[in-house]
Amino acid sequence: MNTTTLHPTSTSMAANPTQAGPEVEERPKVHPADPGDKPLHPVTEDPRYIGKSVERPSARKLVQGQGTYIDDIELPRMAHVVYWRSPVAHCRIKRIDASAARGMPGVVLVADGHDIAKICKPWVAVLGHLAGMKSAPQYPLALERACWQGEPVVAIVAETREQAEDALQVLHVDIEELEPVVDMETALDAATPLIHPELGDNLCFARDLNVGEVDDAFARADAVVETTFEFGRHTGVTLEPRCQIAEWNSADQKLTVYHSFQAPHMMQDLYARQFDLPESQVRVVCKEVGGSFGIKVHAYPDDFATVALSMMCKRPVKFVADRIESFISDIHARHHRVKARIAASKSGEILAFEMDDLTGIGPYSMFPRTSAIEGNQVVNLVGGPYKHKNYRAQLKVVFQNKTPTCQYRGVGHPIACAVTEGLVDQAARAIGMDPLEFRRKNVIPDDAYPATGASGIKLEVLSHQACLRKIEQMMDYPKLKAEIEALREMGIYRGIGFAALIELTNPSAAFYGVGGARIASQDGCTMRLDPSGAISVSVSVGEQGQGNDGIYRQIAADAVGVDLEKVRLVLSDTDVTPYGGGTWASRGAGVGGEAVLLAGQALRANIVKVAAVILKRDAAELAIRRGQVVDAQTLAPVLDMAELGRVAYFRSDTLPKDFTPELMVTRHYAQRDFPFIFTNGVQASYVEVDPDTGFVKLLKHWAVEDCGRVINPKLVDEQIRGAIVQGIGGALLEECLYDERGLMINASMADYLVPMSGEMPDIDVAHVQTPTRSSQLGAKGAGEAGTAGAPAAVMNAINDALSPFQAQCWSQPLTPEKILRALGKV
Amino acid sequence: MASFHTLHVEVNGQPQKRSVQPRQHLVDFIRNELGLKGSHLGCEHGVCGACTVEVDGRIVRGCLTLAVQTQGCKVRTIEGLSEDGDVRDLQEAFIRNNALQCGFCTPGMVMAAKELLEAKPDASREEVREWMSGNFCRCTGYHAIVDAICETLAERARKGQKVGA
Repeated sequence: MNTTTLHPTSTSMAANPTQAGPEVEERPKVHPADPGDKPLHPVTEDPRYIGKSVERPSARKLVQGQGTYIDDIELPRMAHVVYWRSPVAHCRIKRIDASAARGMPGVVLVADGHDIAKICKPWVAVLGHLAGMKSAPQYPLALERACWQGEPVVAIVAETREQAEDALQVLHVDIEELEPVVDMETALDAATPLIHPELGDNLCFARDLNVGEVDDAFARADAVVETTFEFGRHTGVTLEPRCQIAEWNSADQKLTVYHSFQAPHMMQDLYARQFDLPESQVRVVCKEVGGSFGIKVHAYPDDFATVALSMMCKRPVKFVADRIESFISDIHARHHRVKARIAASKSGEILAFEMDDLTGIGPYSMFPRTSAIEGNQVVNLVGGPYKHKNYRAQLKVVFQNKTPTCQYRGVGHPIACAVTEGLVDQAARAIGMDPLEFRRKNVIPDDAYPATGASGIKLEVLSHQACLRKIEQMMDYPKLKAEIEALREMGIYRGIGFAALIELTNPSAAFYGVGGARIASQDGCTMRLDPSGAISVSVSVGEQGQGNDGIYRQIAADAVGVDLEKVRLVLSDTDVTPYGGGTWASRGAGVGGEAVLLAGQALRANIVKVAAVILKRDAAELAIRRGQVVDAQTLAPVLDMAELGRVAYFRSDTLPKDFTPELMVTRHYAQRDFPFIFTNGVQASYVEVDPDTGFVKLLKHWAVEDCGRVINPKLVDEQIRGAIVQGIGGALLEECLYDERGLMINASMADYLVPMSGEMPDIDVAHVQTPTRSSQLGAKGAGEAGTAGAPAAVMNAINDALSPFQAQCWSQPLTPEKILRALGKV
Repeated sequence: MASFHTLHVEVNGQPQKRSVQPRQHLVDFIRNELGLKGSHLGCEHGVCGACTVEVDGRIVRGCLTLAVQTQGCKVRTIEGLSEDGDVRDLQEAFIRNNALQCGFCTPGMVMAAKELLEAKPDASREEVREWMSGNFCRCTGYHAIVDAICETLAERARKGQKVGA
């Protein structure tokens, strides 16, 4: 459990005390409380669940295999589509011979890009607030050219998946291979061919930032450290691949799409616009989503193609990516080369950061969030935890013939944090100061907020100092340092790495809306009292495993004042829920949660009004506790909610003529006080490096996180742990490897390494709670910070372990081979 | 058209007689022919473990086993296991520890952990991590899954339960 208490209430943290289950002793996970920790004031009148680790509603069915994922759905007359994807990085499509494929058993339709383009418009993915950004028109299926290995070119629809795959074997596509742009380092050279000649160059976006007196700061510095950091292109590997079922009802002229997705209203809008349909004729429904992490928040070309095929066939069409095509058609991310330096004084003051970031994003900017956001975030975030005032950054986002990249869990944070914290560690070493002490001296102090970071980012309120204090206690830092010293004498090389971080959460419209993207920054909740006294809650943010359903239930129960079991959730159906943004940028708790709280408070007030009329009392004398209307003074029950519901719904004849019970309310919330609400935290990694093999053993990982009010500690801890391991994947294992022709050479799970349980460390998590004042709930996001900090912490720990050899490695993934190279052994 | 074989197999205690193509994977047979959707397809090349099911008491990859290979066998899936209650304690521990997020890997995790509980009742935390290394989870980071299994091992040891009882 986490270290802080929110309320003085003593509800057990056991998931659900009424469920049978063996009694199990809690493993001790409690760390000494920080003296600065104070319980937060309750945010509702009947606080029982907010802040407690209660079971989330979907866990019980999922653990029994009774969830419904998209591939589990079978609709009448449903057909299946498979795509012929470009086998090369860049080619001209000369001729498509589908005659044999059309003759195969079960084949319903074979369609190419020109067929689809008749009913679906192309798109250009740029954002107005990213000045000068450009991209080229993109179609659901490639027309004349395919621009990456994996771009869909031809669709085959058949009665069964097997039949479609059989037909794919006899489809003939004549291609002429074109020169691919593979290396991002030479993408802008005059000799490099242009991917889209009409754009004039291979540059998607560039940004320069120059704040303060950077040259002067470097000139007067006692220590300047410069390093080139490399980050491997990697991908999300959601265990459930991308999938959808498009169902076109030609009589109703209505499109329903069952989609494994994070932002259903965004897709509703895009389908309506690309197919020229009224928005009211498009419905997007999400069921269980088998992992998303940002992979399932983008509009993929095959999404539109599948919808088009359903219209053409007038039948439901199912698309489920197989794992091999996931590797080359899901978005990639994180391929950056950052040359960066830091200036510091002898006394341990950070004077300036400077960095030059180059990133390759594939041949098109991804629709509709664009592929320039990640690099833009890196510029915004480098140096973010620290109080220095001098910062220069240069960013170039270039096109290349590889799978498009876009926002994936952490979005730029893992890059920015690794660059910042890698430089900070080296600067501390250069001036001979302990890395934790160096950070302590340089973080923006906890009493200095609101503050503005050197890049211009607005920071509402952070707690770096409290987090650093807490992690030092958690890990018993002095003892670990002594242990490392002793083991080095014995030829065992261990190291500790720290990463202080900030994370952007609860975004306002500044993220996408101001740039012209129709992606909602607000969310809504509709809440209804049912006649039995149950509460039906519909929210515009869905559930992908993080436990949004769990925290919404907790907030609703507390806000109205009913038992958790009385609350039922309805999510992820654009025909049903309020309109909203969905899940991205760590906004489910902070934005969606606030909408639930506001709706709950409004419903509670309306219930009290109805009770006052029924009881002929003043509403101010009444309150709600545990599903009962009570006397506000004595808390004695005066009216059961089920009785209230019965009268309100079935005996309106007994109520005054001028009074109508309003037992269903809707409230919305958008965070408008800041562009983003930043969170902060610190992580530490403890590793052992074998200098003979280059193998890294992860011994332990610690994280202190401040996501404001913690609504469910267990769920937050697990978000952080999962995100940390995802970050470790990028730091040590994961990379989409390409050959010189732009072909991905490890596009299978046998070759693309992901973290498995055997290599991963135990992770201790603790919290500091500094609520945002931009909402009543005070919650900030927690889903991505783990991924932001883990790569930096692990990389720094490895370099600490390598320090006796004067060896360093700043290229992720830090593979055994790279470590041996750093050691001069290969 | 491909030839068909008559397959006799017992799935979750129910005898089944079905006509199947020799190329059909066991997990496709279970999902598409029998409608048992709890076993999931994560990679279809034997790495992720989401399709793990039990054949004659041993866990196998449902995507690397052909349906016709189970001729005369007893197959158990997450649905049968849940119905029988053999791993109720393990499933409760998963819920208690939030050892599942999106739930896509979970049936395979439970199948793999069940075999561990029976085969290595005194497994250490490190051995649990090693044993579960054939099953990919992108959400949890594994810590909570390992906690849930270790708790169940400890609880069974304390109660002196027999294997599988």
